[in-house]
Amino acid sequence: MLLCNLVSIAIRVGAPRIVPTHGIPFPTGDPELTPEEERRLRRRLLDRALEALGTAVDGPTVFDPAETTADADAAVDTPGSPESAASEVPSP
Amino acid sequence: MRIVHYVNQFFAGVGGEEAAGVAPAVREGAVGPGRALAAQLGSEHEIVATVYCGDDYAASRSSATEEVLELVRGFEPDLLVAGPAFTSGRYGLACARLAAAAAREGIRSVAAMHPDNPGLDEAEPAPVIESGRIGREMRQSIERLAGAIKTLARGEELHEGDGRIGRAPRRNRISETNGATRSVELLLARMAGDRERTEVPLPSFASVTPSAPLEDAASARIALLTEGALVPMGNPDRLESARATRWLRYQLDGLDELEEGAYQSVHGGFSTVAANADPHRLLPLDVARDLEREGRIGTLHHEYLVTAGNGTQVATARSFGVEWAAELRQAGVQAAILTAT
Repeated sequence: MLLCNLVSIAIRVGAPRIVPTHGIPFPTGDPELTPEEERRLRRRLLDRALEALGTAVDGPTVFDPAETTADADAAVDTPGSPESAASEVPSP
Repeated sequence: MRIVHYVNQFFAGVGGEEAAGVAPAVREGAVGPGRALAAQLGSEHEIVATVYCGDDYAASRSSATEEVLELVRGFEPDLLVAGPAFTSGRYGLACARLAAAAAREGIRSVAAMHPDNPGLDEAEPAPVIESGRIGREMRQSIERLAGAIKTLARGEELHEGDGRIGRAPRRNRISETNGATRSVELLLARMAGDRERTEVPLPSFASVTPSAPLEDAASARIALLTEGALVPMGNPDRLESARATRWLRYQLDGLDELEEGAYQSVHGGFSTVAANADPHRLLPLDVARDLEREGRIGTLHHEYLVTAGNGTQVATARSFGVEWAAELRQAGVQAAILTAT
């Protein structure tokens, strides 16, 4: 599976499982975040990557990290805040 | 003509995936698809030997082409025939590289594969004849290949009409009509519904067949890959920052994190400041180790594979993909996470 920012290109070349990231030069990070937030983002991306790997697909499929079902943040954040975890990821 | 035929381990009758690692070897005479080819060619031509090699061996060892070619040389053939490889990536690459290497040293050669095969772009200067997509289309594929071989035997060149695909060497010639006339003709052809005709074929992106889903990540071996050109500080193996011609591997065993200052990205296509300050922004080793410790994944593969994806030719990138897949399969890796910049 592919973690990248240029999702349209990934789709065009036929990458089957794609998780979108925040920026081109840092697919598994974001220097705008605090180190703790950044590591949580990275965890969320990899959790989503594992979900993507476990999912049957027919062709290029985008797995938005905001839609993750097994979110690491749910375990470390205060209970009942899965929406706040999702909202950290800007919509494309 | 004396012909040497190259096939993979499967078509040589040696075995399937379990035999994909076998080294180059020889069988006397025609074997498997070579028999059908010999029947089509008749008594004027003889397949004197069949050379074969395992798909993984051929795709993942840099010395494989030379090893196979050495066996071919021993028979002093008039022609080397490789394939048909259909859409099989490793087999196609092996056929293309062998045909190209033979042609470069003056052994006439021809390969056969489907136009979507990633090997197609590596066969130059050897010609490639179109085959079907899968082995079931063997009969038609062999017929077309036999026709092309007879054309070669007459000392003629192969053209589109012979089923030739891929890039043909460019030759200057004077056209009967000028560029303006030809472009209007192309436009009219397009308006009439012909969407294929062109004087400048563009690189095509073949379709990718998705792998089956990972059944159980908790017992899987998972690899980290990147085209972000992340290498040890100082770039000891001199990875190119653009138009990379190769890929490298670096150890992850014994590492929990990628220390700042111990790695750098030499990618020439973006600012590497953020990645150099924290290499995990390119290669998520820290979190991958967390996942391993928590049992979410079985094992993290002991090395990461890396190249620089910057201005890379599609053909080169495809070959890297085939080589990485062969490499990882041999190492027992079930899934890979590739970061792209």
